Amino acid sequence: MSRPLNIIGKPRPRVDGRARVTGQTRFAGDISLPRTLHCRLLRSHLPHAKIRRIDVSRARSSNGVHCVLTGADMPIAYGIIPISEDEHALCIDRVRYIGDPVAAVVAVDEETASAALDLIDVDYEPLRTIATLEDALAPVEQPIHDYVGKTNIQRMMSWEFGDANAAIDRSQHVFDDVFFYGGNTHLALEQHASLATLDPEGRLVIYSSTQTPHYLHRGLARVLGLPASRIRVIAPPNGGGFGGKSEPFNHEFIVCKAALLTGRPVRICLSREEVFYCHRGRHPVSMRLRTGVDEQGNITGMHLQTLLDGGAYGSYGAVSTIYTGALQTLTYKIPAYRWDGCRVFTNKAPCGPKRGHGTPQSRFAQEVQLDKIACRLGIDPAELRLRQLVDPDTLTANFLEIGTTGLRDCIDRVIVGSGWHGRRKQLPFGRGLGLATSGYLSGAATATYPNDLPFTGVQLKLDRSGGVTAFCGATEIGQGSDDVLASVVAEVLGIEPDAVKLVTGDTDLTPVDLGSYSSRVSLMMGHAALQAAERAREYLASSLTRRLGIPVTRLVFAGGRVFDSEDPDRGFSFEEAVTFAEADHGTLGTVGSYTPPDPKAKYTGVGPSPAFSFTACVVEVDVDPETGWLTVLKVWIAHDLGRALNPTLARGQIEGSVYMGLGEVLMEETAYRRLPPRRSPALVQKAPSMLDYKSPTFLDMPEIVTYLVEHPDKNGPFGAKEVGQGPLLPVMPAVANAVYAAVGVRIDEIPITPEKILKALETKRRNGVDRYGPATFPVVPWAAARRIPTPAEGGDGNAAVRLRRRPSPTSEGR
Amino acid sequence: MKLEKCLRSAETRPDASGKNTPGDHDRAVIEDDPPDALRSSCYGRAHGQMEKCIITFEVNGERSEVSFLPHRTLLEVIREDLGLTGTKHGCEVGECGACTILVDGVPILSCLALAVEAEGKSLTTIEGLASGPRLDPLQSCFAEFGATQCGYCTPGILLVAKSLLARTARPTRAEISDALSGNLCRCTGYLQIVEAVEAAIERMNRPLERP
Repeated sequence: MSRPLNIIGKPRPRVDGRARVTGQTRFAGDISLPRTLHCRLLRSHLPHAKIRRIDVSRARSSNGVHCVLTGADMPIAYGIIPISEDEHALCIDRVRYIGDPVAAVVAVDEETASAALDLIDVDYEPLRTIATLEDALAPVEQPIHDYVGKTNIQRMMSWEFGDANAAIDRSQHVFDDVFFYGGNTHLALEQHASLATLDPEGRLVIYSSTQTPHYLHRGLARVLGLPASRIRVIAPPNGGGFGGKSEPFNHEFIVCKAALLTGRPVRICLSREEVFYCHRGRHPVSMRLRTGVDEQGNITGMHLQTLLDGGAYGSYGAVSTIYTGALQTLTYKIPAYRWDGCRVFTNKAPCGPKRGHGTPQSRFAQEVQLDKIACRLGIDPAELRLRQLVDPDTLTANFLEIGTTGLRDCIDRVIVGSGWHGRRKQLPFGRGLGLATSGYLSGAATATYPNDLPFTGVQLKLDRSGGVTAFCGATEIGQGSDDVLASVVAEVLGIEPDAVKLVTGDTDLTPVDLGSYSSRVSLMMGHAALQAAERAREYLASSLTRRLGIPVTRLVFAGGRVFDSEDPDRGFSFEEAVTFAEADHGTLGTVGSYTPPDPKAKYTGVGPSPAFSFTACVVEVDVDPETGWLTVLKVWIAHDLGRALNPTLARGQIEGSVYMGLGEVLMEETAYRRLPPRRSPALVQKAPSMLDYKSPTFLDMPEIVTYLVEHPDKNGPFGAKEVGQGPLLPVMPAVANAVYAAVGVRIDEIPITPEKILKALETKRRNGVDRYGPATFPVVPWAAARRIPTPAEGGDGNAAVRLRRRPSPTSEGR
Repeated sequence: MKLEKCLRSAETRPDASGKNTPGDHDRAVIEDDPPDALRSSCYGRAHGQMEKCIITFEVNGERSEVSFLPHRTLLEVIREDLGLTGTKHGCEVGECGACTILVDGVPILSCLALAVEAEGKSLTTIEGLASGPRLDPLQSCFAEFGATQCGYCTPGILLVAKSLLARTARPTRAEISDALSGNLCRCTGYLQIVEAVEAAIERMNRPLERP
């Protein structure tokens, strides 16, 4: 692909911009149908209890009520990850967090439905509340789930790449730190809404705020016992997702079931409070990080332990857990690495994927510890990083395949931009600069369920009108996936992006795309769009070379025309070109699809990706030592996104990530309130509202200087890598490092509140301890590690156990 | 039923002059306990006892007569009775700003206003911001400069920006941020929104160019 680019890489208004600024974008909650019934859910007010009995008879006979559902109506369990299908549309015999839905009322309007909820009698038998990581690790009579045995430990894993601990023990310096990263939530502006109905042929249709219509489609077929071919899932544009709408939700099953039972459209829109209860947001994670370095500060070995508070259900948790350990090796050379990860159940809102999915927590630990290493060894933190960056086209110790990496450029840009070398040591007490870097994946190389099918598909339809329509299952959640689809097709066919009509996120009409998560859409859908468009171009080209009598290499598709590169006046309009092709080839349509290459890492499905993005960030802060008040003054951020498909949107993704990162580090926290257990089992969210859950406003945003760094990757369409999640990662540790630079205290905990800064300043004054954060890492009964020989050890990406069965001359076979 | 009567049916008190000022309505909403008819909204009681009110207001320049139960919020009436779904809701309790519309040019949170309060007023929703097919400069600049991502907060923010520019021709960056600070956006990080407002100001103040 060496053709000059006309559209890709140029700043453009997004193709769906007009719909958004005129209020015409139709979100799920904006769709209404005649005869619609309304659904409200009765949610548990206890964090953990057995359901002895539910009596819905009074609600059922109430005026205006059409249908009342309980757990017995949908007894089949579901869950996004096959090993943790532990949810039911409505609780059957147990509630596991405050907000767990136990019954649904469907009535003529929302008020009637809400009022009828009061007529449902539920007899609960309260069970012991599991509130903390320590509670969850303690021996237990009644675990939150039975499927993992008599324990609240859902998942425990240990992987070892090389003998990390021996390498650490041999090192000149060993750093051993404990960190805690508090949970927080997506807070997408749009509340989850769903509308289910039967089409005229009696097939089920659901419009829903979902990032993953395909996974919802599968879930509905399973739980409702219907053939998937009789279910249509339509994902209208989402009013923000950030991971919070990327798995099937209770209410989606409920409205579908109710539509099937009543034969009428059934709608639900969650209240904001209910959205907080559904959560699936950032896991609170305790971390211990032990790192060995040599005299120059080069890492010799690293051992990371992560303990995740998963909340009440599995969600994506098994994957989130692995992500806390999977990407540590992306940025710096780490010859030997061990990771132990554990996720426990507690009686809180289930945690899941939020922008960065599992990686911001451990990236925070790693980048803060690196700053400590630099300070202790007297090395400039930027220099310490630059001297041990991972090289392009290499394999990490845990078999991540690095293609291009522009991290060196990224660091250089933010260092120069912020005046790092000149200003860092000149700033007065209370002012500080902090640096951090990160890497992220461009789509997971495996699906959430095992299969050999394409990860995404695009179909194109062209006809004599000159119109092009692109069909793809990808979901527009604000990130600009529609813009990527249109611009890739337009680039190849030489037309304007807004000349490409789009049909997306509709399981009846569009080829399967796995969904808008994992930063996968630009790369994967981009490839499929590229393939479909190239095939369409071939049709047109074959018709035109004949008519123009020139070789195909001389054809140029640009500006809505197809012409001879040596005589640009000789050519046809795009409409004429399509008409010729339709005459020559018959009705025109092409398809494209994409499956990622088989990863070299065979021991896991989580971590490997076709391409990795990289980010560097410098933050300048002001800390008032009297009040602890922390102000972020300015942020410089550089992100290697391979190629900016649309720089306007790419910048928006980066700044939006910085914003969300600042929210996490400064103020956002999904905190719980608890009374003494002998008085009450209650475990309630402190801030289930947008007022109490503080998030940054216009007034809280500092200036952001954004650098787009382009190191095109051979695995990306036009070289593009991800940009939607990675830029969030370095923000939190950069702020923490800047706070240290400003006032000399380490806050090893997120969020960094003025209160914590003040406490740290106080303990520093009193006893010289310059840190606020957890004192110890909880005792976890780790299992023996799976040993995966590193590439340097001759490993082939499999765990050693498997190698023993199939001996290989290159493996140590331990 | 006219405004006074429907307010009475919701047990609010018109002032001595019999005129209902906005302040009165606010008090009625904030201070009074909800009347029984509102508190118990079970079908039958709600629909049997409460009489619908019919009021007239102007929506996006057009006179509109709507009938609805008196406890309905302006947000509900706009979205559900008038079908103008460009006005969004993110919290329905006055926290996020997504439901902002202009009433007589002033931004209000339509989720906190009773629809009856809008009697005789002139409302502008996002659907009324463009002049025919021509977008308002704010709208085109939002689309052009990345100020809208998912677009859910966009209508509210555009209307607040519109009212700001009607009051202040050339607001400073700080004034723009201050005016918009009641509107949450989770996608953009706000900066491209501020830049788009600034670009729109430039565009509005630019002398007409001849092609």
